[in-house]
Amino acid sequence: MRNKIISMDDAGSHVRSGMTVMIGGFLGCGGPNAIIDALLVRDIKELTVIANDTAFTEVGIGKLIVNHKIRHVICSHIGTNKETGRQFNEGETEVTLTPQGTLAGQIRAAGVGTGGFLTPTGVGTEVEKGKNKLIMNGVEYLLETPLKADVALIHAWKVDKKGNAIYRRTARNFNPLMAMAADVVICEAEHIVEVGEIDPDFVMTPSIFIDYIVDLGGQN
Amino acid sequence: MDERELIARRVAKEIKDGDVVNLGIGVPTLVPNYIPKEIEVFLQSENGIMGMGPAAKKGEEDKDLINAGGGYVTIEEGGCTFDSATSFGIIRGGHVDMTVLGALQVAENGDLANWKIPGKMVPGMGGAMDLVTGAKRVIIAMSHTQKGEPKILKKCTLPLTAAGRVTDIITEMGYMKITPSGLVLKEIAPGVAVEDIRAATEAILIIPDDLKEMDL
Repeated sequence: MRNKIISMDDAGSHVRSGMTVMIGGFLGCGGPNAIIDALLVRDIKELTVIANDTAFTEVGIGKLIVNHKIRHVICSHIGTNKETGRQFNEGETEVTLTPQGTLAGQIRAAGVGTGGFLTPTGVGTEVEKGKNKLIMNGVEYLLETPLKADVALIHAWKVDKKGNAIYRRTARNFNPLMAMAADVVICEAEHIVEVGEIDPDFVMTPSIFIDYIVDLGGQN
Repeated sequence: MDERELIARRVAKEIKDGDVVNLGIGVPTLVPNYIPKEIEVFLQSENGIMGMGPAAKKGEEDKDLINAGGGYVTIEEGGCTFDSATSFGIIRGGHVDMTVLGALQVAENGDLANWKIPGKMVPGMGGAMDLVTGAKRVIIAMSHTQKGEPKILKKCTLPLTAAGRVTDIITEMGYMKITPSGLVLKEIAPGVAVEDIRAATEAILIIPDDLKEMDL
């Protein structure tokens, strides 16, 4: 069995300037906040980040914004982080706002190998700009294309040494979707357990999707 | 009764036993306070909860359990959590009976604007566009005017959240329904005259013969 457990420093080294990075979490809840801290000290810039939101200035992705590590963020909401709004208004950072369900669907599409998906969300709004429209059974849909990444950074509660992962409560959010949609997936785990300790029926992300595990040693 | 309570009480009357309901921020969060105990309601939160309970007590917050606004909450017995694709599958798939949310503007044809004021406020739509598109009923719970200016218009001037999806509007002045023939005033709040509500509304209000006082 390959050893997937790596140090926090090694985790940081997988993220390089110019990459597209998916980051799990919802307003910082269930975000890979320890790995993000490890990125802050590295010489990384011009990232494209795909995430639900940019959290708060002092939490998670918010710190990457504050430290100018991000060139373009694709997310559903920036309202909780004033610095994202400021950088966007002053043209320092590109922000693509996407409906939350569409964002989840685009990430899922990349992970499950479909060429996109059709959604009624955004029809008749500025979200439809530049997108293909299809009418099926009299209903108008937008064709939303897949979103994939070079690296996905996710957070789980309990992970076995093979990489089978369980998330807790609302800390699940985008994490299992992103685990399927990136070339390299790094998961920080609050608890690492031996193989066999997680009942197969309770696995939320199958081990094959997780390339590397970082041990948070019971911390969160 | 203050205006927020009046709106929340009237919205609560619309909830039926067994309904799956998603509540937006602001006045909608007050609605659960007025749902009778004998009615079973499934509160959905788009970050991945079915069966969301009240806000967590101070000192009992769970770092892994928040609502879509980032506040610490609880889960009711029998509730469950899921990922964002499942959550929006529930929302877009028509499994949410009702969403209740605020608005910047609503038009008489059911258009809604509540996510953006160009050049001023661009927080992002979050889950609002999906909720308004997918829920069976879209109830707007808001104050009737903004600094005296009408919010219920003939046509929205701000960027839309969704076109033609609003079904009901509940304000401190009355309860309105969007119908194929236009915006119908179904109920009027105690102490409000028809002329008052007309003056505070830019859209054309259809006043039916059977106009009632608001059922609280």
